[in-house]
Amino acid sequence: MTATLTLTEADVRAALSTVVDPELDEPITDVGFVRSVTVSGDAVEVHLRLPTSFCAPNFAWLMVSDAQDALRALPAAGRVVVELDDHHDSDLINAGLAADAGYRGTFGHEAEDSLDELRATFQRKAHTAAMERALTAWLRADPARPETAVGDLCLGDLPVGPTTDALLSRRAALGLPVDPGSPVLLAPDGSRPPADAVTATLRRARSVRISVDGNAHFCRGLLTTRYPGAEADQTARPSIDSRPLLPLEVLS
Amino acid sequence: MYSKDGEDYFIVDAHIALWDARPENQLNVHGKQFIDCFYDYHRNLSPESEVWPYEEYLYQGGERLMRDVFGNGIVDHAIFQPARLGEFYARGFGQTEEAFALTQANPDKLTYNHYFDPRDGERGLDQLRADAERFDLKGVKLYTADWHGDSRGWKLNDPMAYRYFELCRELGITNIHVHKGPTIRPLDRDAFDVADVDHVATDFTDLQFIVEHCGLPRLEDFCWIATQEPNVHAGLAVAIPFIHTRPRYFAQIMGELVYWLGEDRILFSSDYALWTPTWLVERFVDFQIPEDMTEYGPLTTAVKKKVLGLNAAKLYGIPVPPELQLPDAAETATGPRQPESADLAMA
Repeated sequence: MTATLTLTEADVRAALSTVVDPELDEPITDVGFVRSVTVSGDAVEVHLRLPTSFCAPNFAWLMVSDAQDALRALPAAGRVVVELDDHHDSDLINAGLAADAGYRGTFGHEAEDSLDELRATFQRKAHTAAMERALTAWLRADPARPETAVGDLCLGDLPVGPTTDALLSRRAALGLPVDPGSPVLLAPDGSRPPADAVTATLRRARSVRISVDGNAHFCRGLLTTRYPGAEADQTARPSIDSRPLLPLEVLS
Repeated sequence: MYSKDGEDYFIVDAHIALWDARPENQLNVHGKQFIDCFYDYHRNLSPESEVWPYEEYLYQGGERLMRDVFGNGIVDHAIFQPARLGEFYARGFGQTEEAFALTQANPDKLTYNHYFDPRDGERGLDQLRADAERFDLKGVKLYTADWHGDSRGWKLNDPMAYRYFELCRELGITNIHVHKGPTIRPLDRDAFDVADVDHVATDFTDLQFIVEHCGLPRLEDFCWIATQEPNVHAGLAVAIPFIHTRPRYFAQIMGELVYWLGEDRILFSSDYALWTPTWLVERFVDFQIPEDMTEYGPLTTAVKKKVLGLNAAKLYGIPVPPELQLPDAAETATGPRQPESADLAMA
């Protein structure tokens, strides 16, 4: 780190790409939530936007405060301003951010302790959905494979590719084993389900994945309805359902 | 009644509203934000031919409602599910007097449900008694994210809410429509969490809990709860228009609901005036789960008939011609679960 460091918009966007919408399990830069980035010397001002005025304020807070933290961690950044636009709690949240009031200082009586539990709940959901995507892709790759077979599948049996990578990174985030001999299918508490619970565990994981993916698409769509042109700021979300079943090879 | 390919469908729209979101009724910017959010839902999910101009969307009035909902004879009965939103709109969002007058003028076509808010305390209990008598209530619509003074939400298992459910039981208000919204106290936990539905459904087994939007955006938690609780039902408001924009996603929603709940606990709702029922009914009757989604069975005509009207008619005692009735299905492979096997914390 030297005094000659200069802050660039690319640095800012790279930092923002580490901020994830916990509900959708995607970087805010991919879903189009970054409305504007203005760099002036070592000062940076970023505006974020959401699909509706009534998006849950706790998730909104997580994203804007994570964005502020990520930008402050940039060695070349001086003054950092992050603001949330057009939300029913914009005034409250933006004042809280500017004053470094923290979650409890910002929301007062509405905050009890912290948002750690909320974050953890959605990290678990993100893992469950990633696990189901990997297993469903594996099942579809050979229609002769019965659902019950997923109970014996290990990480090393999965094909190399983004679906498996996504699962591994989410396991790592939760401290779950990532070695090739570990079972892919895990119950919500991280244990290996008994044989008679394999189908139910998979079906339940599927409902989580469908919910997460469905929300992601709805949120993207609403953002583009609310902010025409926002689709240019969105990256296509990979999906195991957006195309017909064949050809199967592209999944791995 | 709707007829297609020799089949007759008795149609009940289980969720309609007569709202007033015009600027003169807005108390503050949140009144505008709220209707703008609805309008974005409408624009985003509707076929182009069904999109209304913004000005028309703000308020419809009774005459237009009757035309939009019943004009072509497809819908047999519709149920008002009003939201108060007294912190956003001077005369409230749902127009009680106008909707009730319309119900009195068309008793065979309309049912009026009202709302309560446990944060109204003892006074609200008295009001609920009076409302039950005046409106002959069989159901209520509860919006847990409604703002009330410095509170921006409540839970179904709050102690005061239990007093209201006990009174519902006493007054014969058996259908509790629950709309989970995005702001709730405390903010520490998931605002859309449906775990409180689990508690009340267990403690009030003689009341029926219809979760609007089938728990979306928490379909998975909702399905798990409904699997254990036979008195929990799925309302399709906001879910069913995905039939147009994202039919494969809608197929998954229906596939999941039928898998976990079975075909007897899913209710058609247009959520008028968010959308109008006609195109939704037509599309739903024509809809089928894509063949490559082998994890789900096909939607049979019997399933569609139940979802489109028979299930809601049963909850509300709405008379259905004998030739259109169908027997209940057998228990699903998934249920009923023992409540102790539930573990919502581990989704």
